[in-house]
Amino acid sequence: MNEAPPAAESQEILQVDGVCVRLSGRTILDRVSFQIAPGEFTGLIGSNGAGKTTLFRVILGLQAASAGRVLVGGPAHPREHARRHGLIGYVPQKFLFDPDVPLRARDLVGLGIDAHRLGVPRPSRSRRALVEEMLHAVDAERFADTRVGKLSGGEQQRILIAHALIGRPRLLLLDEPLANLDLGSAHEVVALLARIVREQKIAVLISAHEINPLLPVMDRIVYLAAGRAVSGTTEEVVRPDVLSELYGHHVDVLHVHGRVLIVAGAGEDTDLAGHEGVFPRSEVLS
Amino acid sequence: MSHFLYPVFASGFFESEAVHIALAVGALVAIVTGVVGVFTVMRGQSFAGEAFGDLGTTGGAGAYLVGVGPLWGFVLGNVIAAGAMEAIGVQRARGRDLATGIVLGAGLGLAALFLHLYTTGHSATGATVTILFGSVFAISSTTIPLIVLLGAIVLAITLTIYRPLLLSSVNAEMASARGIPVRLVGVLYLLALALAAALAAITIGTILSTALIVGPAASALRITRRPLTALLTAAGIGVGAMWLGIVLAYDSYHWPPHGTIWPVSFFVVTLVFITYLLSGLPEARRRRRADRTPSASLVTQPATPS
Repeated sequence: MNEAPPAAESQEILQVDGVCVRLSGRTILDRVSFQIAPGEFTGLIGSNGAGKTTLFRVILGLQAASAGRVLVGGPAHPREHARRHGLIGYVPQKFLFDPDVPLRARDLVGLGIDAHRLGVPRPSRSRRALVEEMLHAVDAERFADTRVGKLSGGEQQRILIAHALIGRPRLLLLDEPLANLDLGSAHEVVALLARIVREQKIAVLISAHEINPLLPVMDRIVYLAAGRAVSGTTEEVVRPDVLSELYGHHVDVLHVHGRVLIVAGAGEDTDLAGHEGVFPRSEVLS
Repeated sequence: MSHFLYPVFASGFFESEAVHIALAVGALVAIVTGVVGVFTVMRGQSFAGEAFGDLGTTGGAGAYLVGVGPLWGFVLGNVIAAGAMEAIGVQRARGRDLATGIVLGAGLGLAALFLHLYTTGHSATGATVTILFGSVFAISSTTIPLIVLLGAIVLAITLTIYRPLLLSSVNAEMASARGIPVRLVGVLYLLALALAAALAAITIGTILSTALIVGPAASALRITRRPLTALLTAAGIGVGAMWLGIVLAYDSYHWPPHGTIWPVSFFVVTLVFITYLLSGLPEARRRRRADRTPSASLVTQPATPS
């Protein structure tokens, strides 16, 4: 509907402009704006209930925005709502396969090519080669013939990433892919994603409630709290003044052994109960 | 040949027209229910399958009441039931059992009424037993074209939407993110399931029909890792159980009490059940072997989502 964005921003693969979502009177997202360029690794950080999944659904076109707009694909293919599927690969959150599902890892990756087509897939050499290449890219050849439901959480994430990548999207969305993983698997998945971003020049937007596993690889951060967002480089965003403004009260940012701890400031403890959803159980925010 | 194989095939088996029809219709229905059933099990819609079976009773009783063939009743009843389930919300994971249960209850109430009305005019045991437990030997040759047509429709629907259906059965979110119309796929599948249940009902009766939909598919999912192989395996198990059941039922004429055959549906359902038990053996043996060798414990179980 709207014209292409001005030339200065025209390299962006994803442009989120003042997106608001109100569901039955509650404001889930409040004027969220940010951009992502090809080859960028962006972390969408926020605690449970901050609106991360809703934002993903808006980007995917599964949830209409009450205001604002989302453009996917950059100047060559600006697409506002419908028909952006080929441009986006998606890994859903908190999802593990049933052990009974009759799908080998390679079958699921293959479905990434043509699940939207009708009819039964015809085996072909090129299809098999493409699947093989993608299994190699996510280092999953070892368990390619195992049922997806029998794989570990980390292995399933690799297969889901391969499934999302095989359609050659320009933007990869991952909703809390590290949530069910132990620390080692989480690091492996992050390293894999960083390599894919580098090698394939695609953009990755990954949501997480824990900032630290992503710190070494993130180019940009979108920090979401109670539906509002700030974005920029990690240095620009993870600062006491910026985050205090976002949360609406004082927040400290502590650097401990190379890790970042975001905590509610002293004297704010009494507020915590009133901020469920903004603060995790402990006072450490991330 | 029949003389040579007498211990297996009682005399007259290969000459009887009823047997020919039973073998052909039974195989077709088993293939259709096997293929559809794999998705029923994957989608966790076994209860809907069961409900279609039971609701066939209503349609079948209604058909007797107005004097048409029971298959028409099964088909019409199940398609109406599918529409009602969809309208109430069978596709929401949380509303699924609720929608099915509500429609099932209402439908079975009608079945009670229809059977009561029919009984007042006729001796009803025959109708009731035929509807509930079916008999593949009692299928008249005039019904065959309709059975073939319905079977073809179900297979055409399922194989046409195979890939979208497979992905949305595995994960609806992934499917809709790819632009697959998950709701439409679900409606088409529910229709295929409703028709498959009607076919199963005419063959082995309404209350046993879900055994033919769920049983072979559940066994197939335990033995194969590939989706297409699972469809073929389920169809194969169904055909095997159906044919062996027909042979045993035919033979049972010579079993006590002499002079009548045991219900063929009993044999089919029992064979399906035995197959399911046997299909768990390879996995159980693998697990036992894994328990003995400590290194095999590296095959990790996925953690449950929190």
